Amino acid sequence: MGDHHHGPAKGLSRWLYTTNHKDIGTMYLWFSFAMFLLGGAFAMVIRAELFQPGMQLVEPGFFNQMTTLHGLVMVFGAIMPSFVGLANWLIPMMIGAPDMALPRMNNWSFWILPPAFLMLASTLLMEGGAPAFGWTFYAPLSTTYAPPSVTFFIFAIHILGVSSIMGSINIIATVMNMRAPGMTYMKMPLFVWTWLITAFLLVAVMPVLAGAVTMMLMDIHFGTSFFSAAGGGDPVLFQHIFWFFGHPEVYIIILPAFGVISQIIPAFSRKPLFGYASMVYATAAIAFLSFIVWAHHMYTVGMPVAGELFFMYATMLIAVPTGVKVFNWVTTMWRGAMTFETPMLFSIGFLVLFTIGGFTGLMLSIAPADFQYHDTYFVVAHFHYVMVAGAVFSMTAAIYFWLPKWTGRMYNETMGKVHFWVSFIGFNITFFPQHFVGLAGMPRRIPDYALQFADFNMMSSIGAFIYGASQLLFLYNVIAAIVAGEKVSDEKVWDGAEGLEWTLPSPPPYHTFETPPKIEEQPAH
Amino acid sequence: MRLSQDPTIDTVAKLGAVSVAMFAFVFVVMVPLYNVLCDALGINGKTSSEAYISVSAEVDESRSIKVQFIATNNDGMPWAFSPQVTEMLVHPGAANDTVFFAANPTVNAMVAQAIPSVSPSRAAEYFHKTECFCFEQQPLDGNGEAEMPLQFIVDQDLPADIKTITLSYTLFDVTSLMSDKVASR
Repeated sequence: MGDHHHGPAKGLSRWLYTTNHKDIGTMYLWFSFAMFLLGGAFAMVIRAELFQPGMQLVEPGFFNQMTTLHGLVMVFGAIMPSFVGLANWLIPMMIGAPDMALPRMNNWSFWILPPAFLMLASTLLMEGGAPAFGWTFYAPLSTTYAPPSVTFFIFAIHILGVSSIMGSINIIATVMNMRAPGMTYMKMPLFVWTWLITAFLLVAVMPVLAGAVTMMLMDIHFGTSFFSAAGGGDPVLFQHIFWFFGHPEVYIIILPAFGVISQIIPAFSRKPLFGYASMVYATAAIAFLSFIVWAHHMYTVGMPVAGELFFMYATMLIAVPTGVKVFNWVTTMWRGAMTFETPMLFSIGFLVLFTIGGFTGLMLSIAPADFQYHDTYFVVAHFHYVMVAGAVFSMTAAIYFWLPKWTGRMYNETMGKVHFWVSFIGFNITFFPQHFVGLAGMPRRIPDYALQFADFNMMSSIGAFIYGASQLLFLYNVIAAIVAGEKVSDEKVWDGAEGLEWTLPSPPPYHTFETPPKIEEQPAH
Repeated sequence: MRLSQDPTIDTVAKLGAVSVAMFAFVFVVMVPLYNVLCDALGINGKTSSEAYISVSAEVDESRSIKVQFIATNNDGMPWAFSPQVTEMLVHPGAANDTVFFAANPTVNAMVAQAIPSVSPSRAAEYFHKTECFCFEQQPLDGNGEAEMPLQFIVDQDLPADIKTITLSYTLFDVTSLMSDKVASR
């Protein structure tokens, strides 16, 4: 075992063949940031076209391709892989494991992602254009009336589904089998807990998504009629299957974000997290409820009243465990010795804006009211408050929080704060007016709109350009920190941070915790 | 239950089995369950695929229901296909007869299958077909023609707010299948 403490290999092969959780985490994070910029570029096209009423820049068909690819790339290419990258970097270091349980599978689950998204993006150049049926790809838009490129889209979904399933099996196997002695379940940091639960959700519902696209494939190419009413099938069945996947999916996106916030807020409040156990149970409760609320996405399909009521009440119930979390975070800050470094700013931004998104979610859960809101910009505003201000803000907070640990170099704090404020203001200018145009009846996914929505749309577009530009500042700050940031000498970069990862040097050596650490009696969260 | 001595392989095997089971779940549970629920609740316009055995009941002459007929060919189906009348006024409880015409303009013998759908979907469970060409396949020789019978009863319990029922047929070319049933019927 002479090469036991070898460092990374050199050159490209290091990244191609690596089985190191830190390398793979890094690749996931860079890949997801590239996808974030790509999806962001699509969003800029959308907002540029909507800057004024009338058709200015792009054809309606291309506009639809943009909305579709923006959603797909952001959900499956940016947010999900970014949290998988975070899990790869942090879970072994947080539970005192030397690596992930299945390092080779880890390599594979990353490396099948770039080809999948290359294939998805290449549909833009195909005859008939890219998929233009929205990221929810409802049948029959995605079957009978789909462009020929839909088959490539289906294959891309299959691949990234396989990638997600392998990644989550790896995370579960790591958390269940590789914790350091003494690291009991109820001592695990909340980020590990939320990811464990998220991984179970992924294993349960990614196969359902795979089933949905497989049925589409069969309807398109093999003469079945799962989703064709004319052949005895039913397009509404597609919506049920899609949202049976889709609602757990939105918690797959947000639960790791909850975990991140639960690590950062205590660190900068210099207090242990309030209500650790209730946080764990609330996460589990949200995960369970996510399986029985899917039809609140489709109140208008003509369900029986009893069904509408069931899904309405079940959906409202989710506000209870989510409220527990929000109150716990606020109580953690209460009378804490708070400071407001960039990660904390993004976490508080998350808390405020996610709560607004939660409230609009409650409004949307009311079945009779939803008939008015359905498929309007109000829905767009709601899910961007929870996806962008929720998942993306928490991800940004996580990068600022752990970057000094990963690289041993500090980012520029002033630039970080500027990034936060420009993001926060840009985000709100973009999406807050969309509540108003949505309530006034502006439908989503349209390239042109009635004149009375013109002012709010122009505001939205200006905000979107500000928010988009601020992400370039983020990219610059991260690269500048990696290349020439001030060196961090402390193991504990933030004086209030708790957890095993802060007992390692900054940057941590290539291999860590080859001998399991001793877990103190004090819980590590 | 342990599937392997190695705890990691044990976990992976179990989770792999779960993901395979969830994939199968979509096909073998969700689709049939959806169809069963829709049948039971009568909520997606699917009518029974078997003949209704009529029960003697009073004809409700106090109200008339407009029944409309639509005939559509599936993609690539060359037949001429149309209802004799496009709409009828009927009383709930009364048995009504009409016919659809089909003509095969090609020179080849073909077999067709009609798939019905009722709108509004709530009306499906109150729309009884005592005799229908959709219960079986319709063969036609090249250049052949046929009158295809339909006999139906609108149930007396039809909710009062439903004044119009639309019955739509889509005609499929099943020559190459020649099986008893159309795929995923």
